[in-house]
Amino acid sequence: MTKIKLAHYWGAGCGGCDVALLDIDEKILGVAEIADIVFWPIAVDGKVKDVEAMPDKSITCTLFNGAVRNSENEHMAKLLRQKSAIVVSFGSCACYGGIPGLGNMTNRKEILDLVYTKLPTSDNVERVFPQAETHTKDGDLELPVLYDTVMTLDQVIDVDYYMPGCPPTTNLINEFLGIVTAHVKEGAPLPPKGAMIASQKTLCDECKRKKSVKKIDRIYMPHEIAIDPDKCMLEQGIICLGSSTRAGCGAKCLEGNQPCRGCMGPTAEVLDQGGSMLSALASIYRVEDNEALLSEENIATLMAQVKDPMGTFYCYTLPKSIIKRKVKERKQVKKEV
Amino acid sequence: MSGPILSDEKTTSTSKRITIDPITRLEGHGKIEIFLDDSGNVANAYWQVPELRGFEAFCIGRSVEDLNKITSRLCGVCPGAHHLCSTKALDGVFNATPPPTAIKLRELFYAAHYVHSHIAHFYALAAADFVLGPCAPAATRNILGVVGAVGVPVGAEVIKHRSYAQKVQEVIGGKATHPVCGLPGGMARVITEDERKKFEAMSKSCVEFAKFTQEIFANVVLKNKDYLDIILNKDIYYQETYNLGTVDKNDKINFYDGTQKMIDPDGNEVARYKGKEYTKYIVEHVLPWSYEKFCYFKPVGWKGLVAGKDSGIYRATPLSRLNVSKGFTTPLAQAEFEKFKGTFRDAGIKGPVHFTMAMHWARVIEMLYAAEWMLELSQDPEITDSNIRGKLDTPGEGVGILEAPRGTLTHHYKADENGITTFVNLVVGTTNNNAPINLDVKKSASALIKNWQVSNGLLNMVEMAYRAYDPCNSCATHTLPGQMPMRAIIRRSDGSVYKVLSNF
Repeated sequence: MTKIKLAHYWGAGCGGCDVALLDIDEKILGVAEIADIVFWPIAVDGKVKDVEAMPDKSITCTLFNGAVRNSENEHMAKLLRQKSAIVVSFGSCACYGGIPGLGNMTNRKEILDLVYTKLPTSDNVERVFPQAETHTKDGDLELPVLYDTVMTLDQVIDVDYYMPGCPPTTNLINEFLGIVTAHVKEGAPLPPKGAMIASQKTLCDECKRKKSVKKIDRIYMPHEIAIDPDKCMLEQGIICLGSSTRAGCGAKCLEGNQPCRGCMGPTAEVLDQGGSMLSALASIYRVEDNEALLSEENIATLMAQVKDPMGTFYCYTLPKSIIKRKVKERKQVKKEV
Repeated sequence: MSGPILSDEKTTSTSKRITIDPITRLEGHGKIEIFLDDSGNVANAYWQVPELRGFEAFCIGRSVEDLNKITSRLCGVCPGAHHLCSTKALDGVFNATPPPTAIKLRELFYAAHYVHSHIAHFYALAAADFVLGPCAPAATRNILGVVGAVGVPVGAEVIKHRSYAQKVQEVIGGKATHPVCGLPGGMARVITEDERKKFEAMSKSCVEFAKFTQEIFANVVLKNKDYLDIILNKDIYYQETYNLGTVDKNDKINFYDGTQKMIDPDGNEVARYKGKEYTKYIVEHVLPWSYEKFCYFKPVGWKGLVAGKDSGIYRATPLSRLNVSKGFTTPLAQAEFEKFKGTFRDAGIKGPVHFTMAMHWARVIEMLYAAEWMLELSQDPEITDSNIRGKLDTPGEGVGILEAPRGTLTHHYKADENGITTFVNLVVGTTNNNAPINLDVKKSASALIKNWQVSNGLLNMVEMAYRAYDPCNSCATHTLPGQMPMRAIIRRSDGSVYKVLSNF
């Protein structure tokens, strides 16, 4: 049997997706039986020039993790798309922007001033900043151009499959490798283009915690109360994104006695994970007054309990959400007297 | 198995510029540019880090308690280090003292994290250079090639023990990669007696495996004269710099807590600091050709990319920890530490060890210490106690410092009274080592590439210079400028500034 060719590349990510592939443990040896890993910078020595020399579509499958936020990420995404038959958007950053996607909450000026000149460990009175080109006596040095907005992989190239998770779990990876192996060895059909390699249910369906139909009176941060390990997080007043989040992760954070923060992204039925969660929260919140008669002020007081709405509802999905990014500074609105 | 391959066919470079892109078998992005002079020798070499994220900026406005979940995404290879360092900073923010069991659970988690990280680096990233040889064909020079060479049974042991280490972290932390267990002043979940027993059994097995790793290292590297000649060649992999590491009150290495100790290239202690004092000693320099900043020891200052006592460049690596300390608190690791020191003493080296490749040895000794520490903690009667949460004050300011597998790690936060983050500073393991890595890459390239003669193997030996540091550019590139910053200074004919145009 001819071996298939596999690549695993990273954009703006953390390497956790690469470790996730190692976490399939002895099964990685099975992967080596059916596949040559032709490009995987964390683990093997293939270089960009080797990829450039490959015929188009000659890589059977590329797993691409990390978001796209500089010219190098975009170039590599396009190069690997050209050279690969199948591209999988691998992990939450590639699928939704992930934690690096929170970068869409900031702007260039703030970041540059802060990082290179304002931090207490900064030594930069000359205000030196990284440059696209630096001329040295030895030759020119280049750096990629960083984009203003963090993008998901499918905002840059055509993607065949999606596997969310921060990082994707061993089960999901094994499931996908099983599909590919069956396809290679027995000619089994591949899933339809655009398929999500994850559960079709919500995380609440997978969670073992006991639920009632209890309403909540106030919202707590996890450090503010003793958390009952058997009871629904949301019913304890802790914002848990389980009801708006796709299952498939095994509810591991809940096993760790912490709420879901939504890394698996929204289910197929939901367009915007944060909007869905806001709606869920509104329906569980006990409102003593007649809801329809609540004043703006009362609503604002209720909502103020969510101290960081963007970080709470869009922690992993900002670039893929309806909001996508912060576009300007909030102006100080003068209260009318 | 045939012996390692130490040389390969050289070709004559037709270009004065040699690019290695991307550099491989490390965490994160990077490239090397080597420039040759008119005689085909190395004029200069640069280790560039081409990307950034923006954690210091986008963490502002977040609930401070969420930072230990957000900042673990600095790095998916050492998320445990960031999660715990952040949690320690949160202890400070909330002025909280975690109960003893909470600290022990954190330490147990962290010991397992070290076992995972050091196994991953030594076996999956570095071993190919020694087992197969630095000049082995590129396609085989990886973990699968190593398994092919040493056999599946040994490979299976490697996989099994890294898996054990991941399992212990997962049970305590919810997930091994991007854990959720740390809370300000405590931990989220108690462990059961059943879980403890499993930890104990896995820890015992990890100690045996780490002992076996010492043997492998001795057999493959230390007993190979060719390797010793390369490792002990001061013209290839060697830098006399300052060293930084964390020690306890007895000057023993402590990964989780202690004081930060800096020694000069001769081994004299020049500073000891804790918490907020870090800004008095550690500063980050900016150079226009890398997004990664260059740390240096403030009292000595930045003198450019040069080593020596007059330059503030320091290393913070497993080797640094061995250099600044009196060794380990566990017996087997301490014995290996003595052996390590004795070997270099016999070779005439009395002070700190500056041989870059000795970092690998230091790392495998640390693997043994981490396994012993894990076993010790898994047998601690207090580890299953249910008191794991301390009292919290109104949020304020906190600094967390610990030894990440790749160097001293600092998280510094401030929050307003509602617990919203107002300030974040991160000085991460690999940023400490950015400058010395550049020195090592330039030195090794200069020693290996002469008279236009270059080969795949020689370029891999240049890559071995940074690989010894186990650098993590994911960690180091946590800042995110939006677009390229540009500044134009328009001058009058007399040189005085007429106008400054800037897009930042």
